[in-house]
Amino acid sequence: MSTAQSNPTDPTSTTSSTSSTSKLSFRAVGRTYPVGDGLFTALGNVSLDIADGEFVTVVGPSGCGKSTLLGMAAGLVEPTSGRVLLDGVPVTGPGPDRGVIFQQYALFPWLTVRRNVEFGLRLAAVPAAERRRRAQYAIDLVGLTDFADALPKTLSGGMRQRCAIARAYAVDPQVLLMDEPFGALDALTRVQLQNQLLDTWSRERRTVLFITHDVDEAVYLARRVVVMAARPGRIDRIVDVDLPYPRTEEIRLSADFGRIRNEVWHAVYHQPPATPATRAT
Amino acid sequence: MAAVTTGPARPARPAARRLARTLALNLAAVAAGLAGWALLAGTGLQGLPGPAEVAGRAGELLADGTLLDDTLASLRRVLTGFALGTLTAVPVGFLMGWYPTARALLEPYVQFFRTIPPLALIPLAIVLMGIGEVPKVFVIFLAAFLSSVVAAFQGVVDVDVTLVDAARVLGAGDRAIFLRVVIPAAAPFILVGMRIGLGSAWGTLVAAELIAAQEGLGFRMQQAQLYYDLPTIFVGLITIGVLGLAMDRLLQLAERRLTRWQERR
Ligand SMILES: Nc1ncnc2c1ncn2[C@@H]1O[C@H](COP(=O)(O)OP(=O)(O)O)[C@@H](O)[C@H]1O
Ligand SMILES: [Mg+2]
Repeated sequence: MSTAQSNPTDPTSTTSSTSSTSKLSFRAVGRTYPVGDGLFTALGNVSLDIADGEFVTVVGPSGCGKSTLLGMAAGLVEPTSGRVLLDGVPVTGPGPDRGVIFQQYALFPWLTVRRNVEFGLRLAAVPAAERRRRAQYAIDLVGLTDFADALPKTLSGGMRQRCAIARAYAVDPQVLLMDEPFGALDALTRVQLQNQLLDTWSRERRTVLFITHDVDEAVYLARRVVVMAARPGRIDRIVDVDLPYPRTEEIRLSADFGRIRNEVWHAVYHQPPATPATRAT
Repeated sequence: MAAVTTGPARPARPAARRLARTLALNLAAVAAGLAGWALLAGTGLQGLPGPAEVAGRAGELLADGTLLDDTLASLRRVLTGFALGTLTAVPVGFLMGWYPTARALLEPYVQFFRTIPPLALIPLAIVLMGIGEVPKVFVIFLAAFLSSVVAAFQGVVDVDVTLVDAARVLGAGDRAIFLRVVIPAAAPFILVGMRIGLGSAWGTLVAAELIAAQEGLGFRMQQAQLYYDLPTIFVGLITIGVLGLAMDRLLQLAERRLTRWQERR
C-alpha cells in the first residue's frame, strides 16, 4: 500500500503515479532534533497513505511523534528526510488547503466566533457577502448559530473547539488535521463532539487525520487506526475498523467494536520495549 | 449553555455603587487637601499663595491667552515625541521579538540607552540639533521610545505560538501575522508600555523646556521663578499634573476597551 521511495529527496519526481489514489501521502518521512552532540530521532522513516475522504486516527504513547507527523502534513514542521505529498504535490509550507485543529483551540481571543470563522476568508480576500454566507454556513454546521457574536472567553471548552472546527471548515480545506482536539474536554462533551464531528464529516466529506490518546475515540471515529510506537517514533501497526458509518451508540457498545478496541488497546499498551539505538551520531 | 447569559448587565449595580463611593472619597480627599493648603498659606509660610490666589492667576493667564498657548505648545511637543516614540517602538519591538538576529543587533543599544536618563542627552541634543523644536521633541521621543520598546518586545515574545500557527495554516503570511495576530495579542503589553512612555515623555517635557524655549509650561514656570512669581509656578504645576492625569486616564480607558477580550478582568 505505502511505497517507501528509494530516493525520497529526488526533486524532479513531483507527479508520482503511485499517489493517484491517495490524498495525503507520507513518503519515508523522518525528523531528527539535535541533542547535545548527537541527534534525537523524533520520527523515523514513516510511510502512510490516506485516501480521499478517509478518516484515519493515530494513537500512540506520548512522545512517539504524533504531533510531528501531523505538523509535517500541516507544513509547520519540516521533515529532515522524506516528504509529504498532497495530491502528489510535495508540501512545502502551511496553506488553507489543509485545516488544522489544535488541542488548545487556538481561537483568537480578541475576535468573536464569527470573526474567528471569517479569519481565513478575510486573508483570502473573499468578498464580504460571500464571506458572511460561508462563515454562517460553517457556524451553523457546528451548531454555534446562537453564539456567533460571542467572544471565546464566554464559551465552554466544547463550544470553543466547535468554533475552531467551523473556522477550519470555512476555508473549505481538502484535508483536516486534528491534534488531540478533544483531549482537554470531559468525557461527556467528548462523546458529543465525536458524534457531531462524524455528522459534520458525513455532510461535508473531507480527508481527516485525527490524533488522539483515547483508544475508544480512535476506533469510534476511524476507518483505520494507526498505532504508533516511540523511540524512534514509527508506525507499529495499522488496524482496520470494519464498522459501517454512520457510527452509532449501538456500534460503540457492540461486540465488534469491543474486539477492535481490545486489539488497538493491546497494540498501544503492550508495545515492544524501546530500541536502544535512539541516538545516532 | 447556561454560562453564556452573562452580559455586561450583571455586575452593573454593585459596581456603580462602589464607583460612587470611590468618587465621593476622592472628592473629599481633594477638598481636604485644598483646605489644608489654604490653612498653610494663611499662616504666611514663605509667601506661599493660597488656592484662591492661584485660581485668580489662572484666570488671568487664561484670559490673556498665555496659559492656552503654553499648554498647546507643551502638548504639541509631548504628543509629537510620544507619537513618534511609540510608533517606532512597536515595529522595533516586533523586529526584536520576532527575529533573533534583529534582537541580537538592537538589544545592546536599547539596553544601553535605557540606562541613560533622557535628560542627560539634552546637552548633546542641543549641540547637535540646535535650540529649536527638534532637540526637545527628540528627547521626548527617546524617553517614550525607550519605555515602550521593551514592553512591545515583551508582548511579541509572549504571543502564543499556537495562535501564530493557527493563522499560518489559515493562509496568513508574515504581514498578516503581524497585523492580525501579533499586534492584537501584544496590545495589552503595548498599551501598558504606552502609558509608561507617556509618563516618561511628560516627565521629560518640563526639563526640555527649561532649556531654550520661548513658550510652554516649563518655560513659563522658569520665567516665573526669575520674578519670584509663585502663583504662576503653581498654575503651571497644576496644569501639568491635570493634563498628565487626563492623558493617563484616556490611555487607561483605551486599554480597557481594547483588551476587553482578555480572560482575566
Ligand atoms: N522542537 C523540538 N526539539 C527537540 N525535541 C523535540 C521538538 N519537538 C518535539 N520533540 C521531541 O520529539 C518527540 C516527538 O514529539 P511529538 O511529535 O510532539 O510527540 P507526541 O505528539 O506523540 O506526544 C518527543 O520526544 C519530543 O520531545
Ligand atoms: Mg502531541
